[in-house]
Amino acid sequence: MIGVRQEFRLPDVGEGLTEAEIVGWQVAAGDTVTVNQVLVEIETAKAVVELPSPFAGTVGELLAEPGATVQVGTPIIAIETAGGPAPGDEADAGAKIGEAGKDGRIATLVGYGPRQGTARRRPRRGGGAAPRSPSAPPAPPAPPGEPAAARETTAPNGSAHPNGERVPLATPPVRKLAKDLGVDLRSLAGSGATGAITRDDVRAAASAPAEQAVPAGGTTAGAPAPGRGGSRREPIRSVRKATAAAMVSSAFTAPHVTEFLAVDVTATMALRDRLRGTRAYAEVKLTPLAFVAKAVCLAARRTPEVNASWDEAAGEIVYYDHVQLGIAAATPRGLIVPKIRDADTLDLAGLAGALGELTATARSGKTPPADLANGTFTITNVGVFGVDTGTPILNPGEAAILALGAIKPAPWVVDGELAVRTVCQLALSFDHRLVDGEQGSRFLADVGALLEDPGLALTW
Amino acid sequence: MSDPQAWIPGDPRSRPTRENILSGLRGTDSGGADLVQMLTPEGVRVRDERFEPYAADVDVAALKDLYRDMVLVRRADREGNALQRQGQLGIWVPLLGQEAAQIGAGRALAPQDMAFPSYREHGVAWCRGIDPTDLLGIFRGTDNGSWDPIETRSHLYTIVTGNQCLTATGYAMGQLFDSRVGGSPGDTGTNEATMCFFGDGATSQGDVHEGFVWAAAYDAPVVFYCQNNQWAISVPLEKQTRVPLYQRARGYGFPGIRVDGNDVLACLAVSRWALEECRSGNGPVLIEAFTYRMDSHTTSDDATRYRLADEVELWKLKDPIERVRVNLVREHGVEPEFFADVDAEADALAERLRAFCLAMPDPPPDRIFSEVYADPSPQVEAQKAEYLAYHASFEGGE
Repeated sequence: MIGVRQEFRLPDVGEGLTEAEIVGWQVAAGDTVTVNQVLVEIETAKAVVELPSPFAGTVGELLAEPGATVQVGTPIIAIETAGGPAPGDEADAGAKIGEAGKDGRIATLVGYGPRQGTARRRPRRGGGAAPRSPSAPPAPPAPPGEPAAARETTAPNGSAHPNGERVPLATPPVRKLAKDLGVDLRSLAGSGATGAITRDDVRAAASAPAEQAVPAGGTTAGAPAPGRGGSRREPIRSVRKATAAAMVSSAFTAPHVTEFLAVDVTATMALRDRLRGTRAYAEVKLTPLAFVAKAVCLAARRTPEVNASWDEAAGEIVYYDHVQLGIAAATPRGLIVPKIRDADTLDLAGLAGALGELTATARSGKTPPADLANGTFTITNVGVFGVDTGTPILNPGEAAILALGAIKPAPWVVDGELAVRTVCQLALSFDHRLVDGEQGSRFLADVGALLEDPGLALTW
Repeated sequence: MSDPQAWIPGDPRSRPTRENILSGLRGTDSGGADLVQMLTPEGVRVRDERFEPYAADVDVAALKDLYRDMVLVRRADREGNALQRQGQLGIWVPLLGQEAAQIGAGRALAPQDMAFPSYREHGVAWCRGIDPTDLLGIFRGTDNGSWDPIETRSHLYTIVTGNQCLTATGYAMGQLFDSRVGGSPGDTGTNEATMCFFGDGATSQGDVHEGFVWAAAYDAPVVFYCQNNQWAISVPLEKQTRVPLYQRARGYGFPGIRVDGNDVLACLAVSRWALEECRSGNGPVLIEAFTYRMDSHTTSDDATRYRLADEVELWKLKDPIERVRVNLVREHGVEPEFFADVDAEADALAERLRAFCLAMPDPPPDRIFSEVYADPSPQVEAQKAEYLAYHASFEGGE
């Protein structure tokens, strides 16, 4: 049998160490060694350790002097083994530590640090024409005259994606933000220090007005729009789709009339401040919306037409005994309108509590579908966005919807004198098929009167 | 008037001198009066009235089996350590010195019980039928654990210190809720228990505290098996507690027992008792196996930097394997051939372990995606497809 020279390379005995000092050899050339016999003591940044022999045989040569600092991966001893490959070499394990195998890959055994000059990257297949990821959308064809390879070089801040698109640099929170806002990172150029896409980049892209990029009969559907500062396309999903269908159905079925009323709510706000200090309201968040909800319920009793429905198929108008009060809520998923059941049977504290619960549930996306159906009247609080008023579109099947505008100090005439009062605007849209101007106006005036003088409620 | 510098065991204001340590006063060399012991370091079998019934069936054949278990797991452990030193493993966590604590507990487990190991329980894994080669992937960085936790009734290794105490407590509560506890004797389906393994360092973790609280509140059938090996990496026990660890159990409202962790017989008996308690609905129980970590915390650690060699020398005299060997020879007249056979078997195991390690293939790229979810997830499937396409984009790739 012919002896085989095996070299033992300095391993990383810690986690991520790159070098070690040879403290002392415990064997000399010519010595016979067995597997796991201690060969040498080395000192790393972490520890002094003994290295056991991975081979059985005769020490051929010591390749590092005591006191020398040796890079991890450098051969430190040669051992003549009895012949034949070392255990493991014959197996498919392939190359030994740090050596390039048949396939050109460096055998990267655990713990081996990078070694200068030997690390090679496997070449990519034919330029940019890499096989596509089966899950990825088809890449747009290269513009004529532009070599495929050139397209990769236009991606300075990211690595090439298998299908030729670049994968932009962005931290995970930024990727999450982009996903939430529906921004395609591949459409952005990063402004960060290393070309990475920042939060601001994503926010800027999200708030940029979407261009009407697709011409009529456009052929680019499904492909990203070319050029920078363009538009983005997003599939119409769930809540957006449902909202669109409902609004279109409502706007084109029910003839809408909208009336406006500016109201001095100073007294209501003062009442709110008083009630907040009382024990009954200690546990609930008493908002102006709660007062409006209460006023709507009281007023609806005097004008049942606003709490009704037009049943075209049956040729009937349905008047409801109770108010199923919908509250339009902006949620991360879009607009939803959960209902307060039999809202007219609740007192103010009950309404305030129900409002708090329902908005919290809606914001966390946990509103059960049953809570969204079968409303009879809706309030939309556009005031929380700081706007004065609007012309709300009816929730399909309902007869009226009330928009509550921003509540703010405003000049107001009191007893013939100008005063600063707390004022807000109400807008009521109603279905003119079953609510005439008379009923609509009365209802809106009633709501306004109750908010202007909550004491009126006693008289109804 | 006493010398303020004098070493008073248990008094945190005093520190042991070199002389204290040499003369064995440090407190880590002796488990104290409550220590359950059945086999002295000198190999003498002593009776423990309370736990004697739980070791009554251990005859010479059974004791030889325990000896064999300990020798084999120690040999596998040393081979793992050597493979790390030769660059074949990224890290190794040695069990040296804790063989009795692990084999005693591991052999007390019944097939229907569930074990939750930390990362040092190679001996427990052995008892659960997990081949030592199955441990290598974790330490070579090619796998996160390759055994089936359901089939082996042994959870995968937990790297986060003490974290398994929460999982184990939850599992044990599940056993209770599923009426798998307190059945008629002999019915394995209704006599289950859980054993959770951790070290002295883990007892300073919130996870262990929370596990204790929940287990106590629910009477969960879990044996908390703490191998107190005296060192939490470089932090000695006296910096972690003001009372012996087993006494902590009383504060939570369940019994705590301190057993000589280097005495395989006592570990077996006390573990059997504790598991019995849990299976019959009297859980939980804390066992503190009083032992010593003879090697460094891991191969990345150098214990000589923070502890004295004298302490290690002292504990060598309490070796868990040697005392069984002495007992087998002196009290049962076991012939040298038996020990030679076990040694040969251990060498063969080490050779098999080495050959397996050297021939271990890298895992295929899609391995990282497998067994993540019970049912396929579209997101994971998409990521997998993308990752495989990326791999395939290289020349010479799969």
